[in-house]
Formats: sequence, structure tokens, C-alpha cells
Amino acid sequence: MPTTTIDGHRIQVDPEGFMTDPAEWSEPLAEALAAQIGLTLTDEHWKAIRFARQDFADQGESPTLRRASVVGGLPTKSLFALFPQKPAKKLAYVAGLPKPRGCV
Amino acid sequence: MPKLLVLGAGTAGTMVANKLRRRLDRREWQVAVVDRDDAHHYRPGYLFVPFGTYRAEDVVRSRHHFLADGVDLVLGEIDRVDADGDEVLLADGRRLAYDYLVIATGAVTRPDQTPGLLGREWRRSIFDFYTLDGAVALGEALAGFDGGRLVVHVTEMPITCPVAPLEMTFLLDAWLRTRGIRDLVDLVYVTPLDGAFTRPVASAHLGGMLEDRGIALEADFAVERVDPERKALVSYDEREVPFDLLVTVPLMTGAGFVGRSGLGDELDYVRVDPHTLLSVDHDNLFAIGDACDIPASKAGSVAHFAVEVFVDNFVQHVRGLAMTGSFDGHANCFVESGDDKALLIDFNYDTEPLPGKYPLPVLGPLSLLKETRANHLGKLAFRHVYWNVLLPGRRVPLPASMSMAGKHAPHEDQHEPQEA
Ligand SMILES: Cc1cc2nc3c(=O)[nH]c(=O)nc-3n(C[C@H](O)[C@H](O)[C@H](O)COP(=O)(O)OP(=O)(O)OC[C@H]3O[C@@H](n4cnc5c(N)ncnc54)[C@H](O)[C@@H]3O)c2cc1C
Repeated sequence: MPTTTIDGHRIQVDPEGFMTDPAEWSEPLAEALAAQIGLTLTDEHWKAIRFARQDFADQGESPTLRRASVVGGLPTKSLFALFPQKPAKKLAYVAGLPKPRGCV
Repeated sequence: MPKLLVLGAGTAGTMVANKLRRRLDRREWQVAVVDRDDAHHYRPGYLFVPFGTYRAEDVVRSRHHFLADGVDLVLGEIDRVDADGDEVLLADGRRLAYDYLVIATGAVTRPDQTPGLLGREWRRSIFDFYTLDGAVALGEALAGFDGGRLVVHVTEMPITCPVAPLEMTFLLDAWLRTRGIRDLVDLVYVTPLDGAFTRPVASAHLGGMLEDRGIALEADFAVERVDPERKALVSYDEREVPFDLLVTVPLMTGAGFVGRSGLGDELDYVRVDPHTLLSVDHDNLFAIGDACDIPASKAGSVAHFAVEVFVDNFVQHVRGLAMTGSFDGHANCFVESGDDKALLIDFNYDTEPLPGKYPLPVLGPLSLLKETRANHLGKLAFRHVYWNVLLPGRRVPLPASMSMAGKHAPHEDQHEPQEA
């Protein structure tokens, strides 16, 4: 597994840059990861990130958009506004979780 | 007498019942299967119905015909499973007790879940081909289609047979060419994925095939609604794809009773261990085929390979032994590409579809990730194999676990790193 340094944090990532060890994540790191993809985190972002972290802890998987809306109560439309174009992926990226499984 | 109850007499349920009937002592075990009707559909055949290759009658047979002696078929609509009380409730009020339950009720399309889809354009300019009615209606619409924007669309993953919409696209392209009207048509493939398919090597390959055929790819498209006035798909980020004729795969979910019974995830797929298919909540309940939440393709081939592993495990489990088999997510799909050719892909939980030969390394005779006529003939021959070998539960000489023999993995550095 490659490692990389983002804003002084040394982390393990997969070839596409998703963190592979959720334990290496921290809130300041999330800010740095968000900056990497051009986002500034607001309270709304944090609500989504906290849901994703908790859901991953429960399920062992990064949530899909449907899961975020059905289980997390986060409307799909607003996730698109918060994490433009690829919300499920960008959310997982910032939350320090693996790339959502591209359902086969 | 212990009773095994199987819910659903489709691809997976029929194989499970037939194979376990043979393995479980008749003096000891009762085996029953529940389905709502007596019409077994060969669903892969739907793909060919709009083009007249198969007629509706070619893809439907009586379920009774395929169930072994000693398996009872109960006809009725399943309303709920009471997993704590070990009972299944039917909509007409009947109650069926069980000792062991196998849920094999598959997945269904839910066009009602996308606003506007069932509006006035449904079955006028909007069709699905995951139901037999839909495939027949699409055939009628195609007969009257003489040009314009033809859009093939996937609403959301996962779907049953994730290659089927691509196959439909390739077949439409070939069909338009034979009719001499390909130039009058803008053919567009719209997907929520970031490319033509889920896994990188196959996605690049299949994406290249779209490009070669002049088919536009609209990726990362999460549909919010259909606008019937303007005849357009509208995404959450407000992109629009207009159409004259839309062939869509609506949202798919497991059977509604799974959710009502508290056994499902957010899409009503039964939560199971991906290697043993045993429910994560109940020790006498399994789910197999499209109905379960394993991260494998929802395909008949996956159901078949999973059944092979499951049957031995089940026998161990009911004897109180540890289950020694482990399903690897093996999938093996023919991909029709038009002009009487097809590709074959072979993959599992961990390994993506790669080029090579199948089932014998080097010899094949089938080629992986390559368009050949032999693969197309294999696909057509499969209907016969399905009715006569697979469903009755006869042995198919293919290993249940995926093999790496004969496959070439492209070098790691050929993977394009994607933007997050
Ligand atoms: C267009 C198309 C093309 C395909 N092509 C291929 C292919 O080339 N190769 C391949 O491997 N797979 C293919 N598939 C996928 C394959 O058909 C499915 O994966 C397979 O049928 C799944 O089997 P199953 O037993 O899980 O579900 P099904 O075969 O769908 O059976 C489920 C059964 O449960 C019953 N049921 C559901 N709910 C209830 C209820 N509440 N009460 C009573 N009964 C109920 C249904 O009536 C049905 O008989 C294709 C599918 C489609 C739609």
C-alpha cells in the first residue's frame, strides 16, 4: 500500500488516493483532504461526514447515496450540492473511508 | 420431520430445492418451495425478445416441470417472514412453518421510485426490458422507430445482470445498422457509474466498444426524475438527457416482504455472510441469488456457483458442523456485442474481469474479454443448458471457484488513477 503525506499527516492510501486505514483519519485531516478536492467544509458537510464514519463503523462499508438518504436522512440533492459530481466518492474520500464499492 | 422452506422458485430457488432434495433423506426431511405463480421465466432471454430472436413463449415454462419429485410447490404471494417464530405468512392468510428457510425471491424493478417515469410516456416512449411485458412492448416500439435520440439508461446500482444494458445497447446499434437507419439515430448510454462498467479493465474495454460504435457515454448520471413533457432524464446535478425513445433499467430492490420482515438492507436485500450466505441475524435462515446483499453480480451464473458451495455448507450446518465451503463471488457472463458476436467475462469478489481463455487455459474454447462468434453461440446455447441441466440441478462441469489459469493481468501501471 502506498503512503502519502497530506498537510503533514502521513497516511496509507489506495492507488486512487482513498485512505485504507480509517483509524488514521482525524478532523484536521478531513479539512486537508477536502482542500485537495477543492471543498471547504461546512456544518452540512460535517453532518454527512459523521454519518459516513458512523455507518462505516457499523457496516464495514462506505455508504452509498441511497444509504445516506434512507438511513442517514441526507437528501441526495443536498449531497450533490455539498460534494459536486461524485458525492458518494467525495464523501468517502473526505471521511477517510475506502472507495464505495462500485456495485458489480 | 424437519422442514426446509425455499422462498422463490426462480433460478436459485429451483436449483437449491432440487439439489437439496437429493442430499436430504426423504424419510427425514420435507422440502417445499413457494412462488406466486407457475410461470418460470428464462430472464436472460428477455434481451432477445425485442429483436424477435425469441418470442415470449420461448422464455416461459411451468415451474412444476423443473421441480424434482418430493419437492412441494406452494403457490401464493409471500407477505412476511416471522423469523423469530419460524413461520412464513402468505397474503391469503396461510402460515407455513419451517425449520430452515432459504430466501431466493430475487430482485424486481421499481419504476415507481423515479418521479415521472410512470407518467404518460411509460410504454409510449419509455420502456424497460427486465420484465417480459416490457421487452415485448419495446419490440413493438422499435418496429415503428425511424430515427432520433435512442437512450439506454441505468437508474442506480446494483442491478441484476449489470452487463445487460450494455448488451441491449450493442444489439440496438447492430439492429439499426441492419435496418439502414443507424445514421439517423443518436445512440446514448447513460449510467450512474463513472464508466461503461464497474471494474477498470472491463470498463475500459467495453467503453472502447461504445466509442468504436459511435455511441455516446453519459457517465456519473444520477437520475432525479423524468420530465415527460420535455421527454428528458434530469439528474440531481441538473444535467438533462433528452430522448425520443428511452430504454431504462429502473431502480431495483429485493422483494418488499424482506424489508417488511426486518431482514433487509436499505434496498430490501437480505443481509448475509458473503462466503456462507447465512443470515447475519438468524442461524436457520439463508439467502441466495439476487435476493441477498453479497457484493457480487446479480446473475444466474453467480446463483449457480453459489448454490454449488451452499448445498454442502447447508448439509454441514444442519448437522451442527462448521461450514467448510466459502463462496468467492464467482461470476461468468456472456456479453452480446451485436453482429452475432459476444464477449465472455469471468470474475469474482477480488479479481476483476481479465482477458484470457475459458474454461481451459490457452485452449478455451471461449475467449475472455474478446468478441467472438463462439461466445455468441455459447450464449444462445445457454437457454438449452439452463432448462435441461442447470435448473434440474444436474452437474455442470465448471468449477464453482474462479480460476486465474489462462488469464493475463495487465500491468498495474496501466490503470489510470481516477480523480476521487
Ligand atoms: C434482461 C436480463 C438478462 C439477463 N442475462 C443474464 C445472463 O446472460 N447471464 C446470467 O447469468 N444472468 C442473467 N440475468 C440474471 C438472472 O436472470 C438472474 O440473476 C437470476 O434469475 C436470479 O435468480 P433468482 O433465483 O435470485 O431470482 P429469480 O429468478 O428472479 O426468481 C425469484 C422468484 O421469486 C418469486 N417471488 C418474488 N417475490 C415473491 C413473493 N412476494 N411471493 C411469491 N413469490 C415471489 C418470483 O416470482 C420469482 O419466481 C439476466 C437478467 C435479466 C433481467
